[in-house]
Amino acid sequence: MKSALIVDDSGVTRSLIRSAIEEIGDLNTFEASSGFEALKALPSQSFDVIIVDINMPDINGLEIINFVKNNDQYKNVPVVIVSTESSEEDRKRGMKLGAFAYLTKPFTTKELQDTVKKALNI
Amino acid sequence: MNISKKDFIAEAEEIIENVNSSLLELQGGFNPDTLNSVFRGVHTMKGLSGLFGLKGISSLSHTLESVLDDLRLGKIDLNNDTLNFIFHNIDVLKNLITQINEDKEVEDVSDVIKEIEKFREAARSKTEDSSVEDIGVSDSILKVLSEYEEHRLKSNFKEGKGIFLAKSVYELTNFAPELEAMNSTLKSLGEVIATLPSSEGVPEGSIGFNLLFSSSLKIDEVKSKVSSADIEEISSPARQAAVSEADQHKQRPTSQPASLKSSTNTVRVDIEKLDKILNTVGELVLAKGAVVRIGSELSEDIGYTPLTLDVHKIAQSLARKLAELQNQILELRMVPFSQIFTRLSQVVRRYTREVEKEIDFELFGEDTEIDKLLAEEIIDPLIHIIRNSIDHGIELTDKRLALGKKERGTITMKAFPKGNNVVVTIRDDGAGLDVDKIFQKAIERKLIPEDQILELKEKVELIFIPGLSTKEEVSDVSGRGVGMDIVKERITSLGGFVEVESEKGAGTEFSLTLPITLAIIKALIAKVANEHFCIPLTSISETFIVRNEEIQTIEGREVIEIRGEMLPLLRVARVFMLEEELKDEYFAIAVGFGSTRVGLLVDNLLEQTEIIIKPLGERLKDIQGLAGAAEIGKHEIVLVLDVDSLMEESFSRKNINGS
Repeated sequence: MKSALIVDDSGVTRSLIRSAIEEIGDLNTFEASSGFEALKALPSQSFDVIIVDINMPDINGLEIINFVKNNDQYKNVPVVIVSTESSEEDRKRGMKLGAFAYLTKPFTTKELQDTVKKALNI
Repeated sequence: MNISKKDFIAEAEEIIENVNSSLLELQGGFNPDTLNSVFRGVHTMKGLSGLFGLKGISSLSHTLESVLDDLRLGKIDLNNDTLNFIFHNIDVLKNLITQINEDKEVEDVSDVIKEIEKFREAARSKTEDSSVEDIGVSDSILKVLSEYEEHRLKSNFKEGKGIFLAKSVYELTNFAPELEAMNSTLKSLGEVIATLPSSEGVPEGSIGFNLLFSSSLKIDEVKSKVSSADIEEISSPARQAAVSEADQHKQRPTSQPASLKSSTNTVRVDIEKLDKILNTVGELVLAKGAVVRIGSELSEDIGYTPLTLDVHKIAQSLARKLAELQNQILELRMVPFSQIFTRLSQVVRRYTREVEKEIDFELFGEDTEIDKLLAEEIIDPLIHIIRNSIDHGIELTDKRLALGKKERGTITMKAFPKGNNVVVTIRDDGAGLDVDKIFQKAIERKLIPEDQILELKEKVELIFIPGLSTKEEVSDVSGRGVGMDIVKERITSLGGFVEVESEKGAGTEFSLTLPITLAIIKALIAKVANEHFCIPLTSISETFIVRNEEIQTIEGREVIEIRGEMLPLLRVARVFMLEEELKDEYFAIAVGFGSTRVGLLVDNLLEQTEIIIKPLGERLKDIQGLAGAAEIGKHEIVLVLDVDSLMEESFSRKNINGS
């Protein structure tokens, strides 16, 4: 059983992502409503993929990616950025910080599933 | 998991509400955090609507987002015109959401989008931020900053603020409260630009945070105020610091560390779920009734033994706890008036602009709480009253000056609890009602007899009579065809009442008294034809059986003699045009008091139960004699009779007896 962490401040978006990737099967999903919550969630589980929005209050997605990629415990966990097309500059920065892939909202269920599968190597 | 339109609507409405209250806050002064939260709201809306395939909302929020992005990045100046423009377009966005919610066709907004694009083109200035390299922030930090954070860094630097880094290490298991405290300390000194978590050089089981922040204070002062973190100065404040500090205080009247909290301490719950809990509690109340009954039967059978006393005691404590539980759930449904105020403020802004009047809107009692459903229901009546005040009440500026009045008109709205009710008053300092004209019009329209003599107060209340408002009065602001009668009807159907006081030349005050919650009431369920109806117990004086031959007809009206008095009868089946069963005997429910008592004839009495009255939907709301609907048992909807209007009906309609 693999596990995924979804970080987005929109509850409905989290649910949408969750129901999409749960269809992949054999996947435990966890949700965090802010970067702050994500930091709390990280040590609680061994995650196989992290899906993160960039624009969040307080601690944003870039800061989470940087944290993950500079932490020996998490640095091999692939991070998928979900953002809207307007955040282009930030998306680039996220990729530079070591994100595995990015998706631009609105994305299709299949795009999301395919990307997550790739990240999980399945 | 199934994510429905309803989830979308709930989140979208919440976003709009937050955006609007942030915009209102911005009116009081610029604050980068607040502006950023407006941006994030619209940004989330765009992402969300895109995922739901809602093209109109998504492209409108996209265009708006670009403007807001420019604003927060300092490419467009934030002034009143810009704010108004954004307010207006958020309204358009809100309408689209309402259309989706009501399954209506979503209007085409391509023109609006073009307009926004044009606005953005015109408002964008070419000024570039200074180079970030001059500031001296290390690359390892710079590369993690989002574009917005980078802009805030440059902007603070340009204003001559000092740039600092606060480094602290917390335990991984419990860093939240300490980080929150640090955040609010730093916010009181200046602006927190970025919060960077880090695990480098931090012991196992801990987490480090580097907070990049700005302040006009010197490093020594900062250090003395922040003792629990290592402070590193990246660039020192410029000499004009004293001035910018004064600025800073003006700009951030309330720096709220609450933003961190709100995302962690509140949950959003569908009100239907609360209703379900309430219904379950209702069923528990019935179960409790059974325990009480068993207790008394036991004590009748075997007398007061320790066992029977125990049952009594348990039944009592069960009753107490259940009452507590009911109250607690009702409390969960409460929302502060500030939610209503936010929405009304926008209406006032918009309409004052349209009619070119100058009006201050003052609000008091925003912490007063009211049931969420009630809050939704009273918005329209309130808007109507306020529109009336703006349109007919407050005079044009010239006229006000000529009358020796304050140049700007004032509308004051207050909400406050009063006993078991909430009172909302809306007062304007405008022209007041022209009572004589209203009286005259009521006579012209044959709404009252020509020779009617009315007290002043009664004349004022004529504005609530249906059919009084005229076409001549229709303006863009007051809307079409909606009169004060609708306002009264709505409020009455919610279990409240409206009063009005007016002084010619000095203004008008409406006062709405409302129940705090759509409270639970006891009701009797009666069967008529094949329908069930609820009658609130408070309006029932007695019930009895009426035999057909006891019914007499006096002056064309069915009556029955009871204890030497004549009680007029009203066949509920006839009132609602249901098929009448001819029977030998009926049940009569005597409602009302004294000389205005009426006996409602029904086929059968079923049970007593506790109900929550809910307002009627569009299709039923115009039917006379219904107060609302209630859910009883498992998903069975029962209509609740409006005893007052039934009695009025009974006394006004002489031909009630068709047979």
